[in-house]
Amino acid sequence: MDTLIAQLQRQFRDYTISLYHQGFLDDQFTELKKLQDECSPDFVAEVVTLFFEDCEKLISNMARALDQAGNVDFKLVGSSVHQLKGSSSSVGAKRVKGLCITLKECCDSQNYEGCVRCLQQVDIEYKTLKAKLQDLFNLEQQIVQAGGRIPQVDI
Amino acid sequence: MALRDLSSSSSSPELHVLAVDDSFVDRKVLERLLKISACKVTTVESGTRALQYLGLDGDNGSSGLKDLKVNLIVTDYSMPGLTGYELLKKIKESSALREIPVVIMSSENIQPRIEQCMIEGAEEFLLKPVKLADVKRLKELIMRGGEAEEGKTKKLSPKRILQNDIDSSPSSSSSTSSSSSSHDVSSLDDDTPSSKRIKLESRG
Repeated sequence: MDTLIAQLQRQFRDYTISLYHQGFLDDQFTELKKLQDECSPDFVAEVVTLFFEDCEKLISNMARALDQAGNVDFKLVGSSVHQLKGSSSSVGAKRVKGLCITLKECCDSQNYEGCVRCLQQVDIEYKTLKAKLQDLFNLEQQIVQAGGRIPQVDI
Repeated sequence: MALRDLSSSSSSPELHVLAVDDSFVDRKVLERLLKISACKVTTVESGTRALQYLGLDGDNGSSGLKDLKVNLIVTDYSMPGLTGYELLKKIKESSALREIPVVIMSSENIQPRIEQCMIEGAEEFLLKPVKLADVKRLKELIMRGGEAEEGKTKKLSPKRILQNDIDSSPSSSSSTSSSSSSHDVSSLDDDTPSSKRIKLESRG
């Protein structure tokens, strides 16, 4: 007979593993978890929040640049995607990072259509990840509120 | 000298690290990596700010800053304005600061870039994303006084560059393949990457 805590913990474990297996997260996210402890209990949530703010800002900059049809500042798009690639890499946002690499290639070859398509995908992808991580954090909260401990998940 | 003072102090020594990165996310991660490794950390968002903090901007400002002795500078390579490389050069050109070890970080595994930084006097070149193991290793390197242990500890670095080669670098060739430079490296181990070989040579 499973207690509520055990059920929640299993859900958390399964969900975490699925995020890695589906390529949303990579081992850099695991590295971030290592940096979280009693002194800094919300570290991961804080960092990913900053990351999603970065996404919003940089994607908006790139969209604006691409809007100047015929006069697109590909250098600006390039430097913005470089920054986004960097921060996605730092938090372990694997799919976002992959799309940034593709976007960078489109930008380097001044492939306008490619850039527009790719940017749309980046936008969708970061929002998807944001929702999934929110679900994950919610699960953590539920476990703690039920009086349990958040399990260590080995990928 | 600062490093010798640290190692001879009776209390457990704490490195004061100046971390330079234009990315807010990276600054936050780096700060945590360093704090969890028992370092004091100051973060700045640009090379210019770093120079100001170090008192190198020509403005002989508050002497309070001089008391906060920096034992290590870790800087991103690609930054708007002053790049990490330019910051490195300015630090090594300064008689007051050249002894401070400087570590460069970059998300790009570009061999000529790595070589350029090592030749200019960088202590180490780390590939991003930076991990806890990198910081721990870095701390050991610095605490031991860097150069004395160069031959031994530098050998750990090839693993790091290779791993990222496999993980993320789409186009770069193996960093341990023979470089196009004309340095005579025949006397050194095969697994020492060319960047390290050049560094060892230039430090004589």
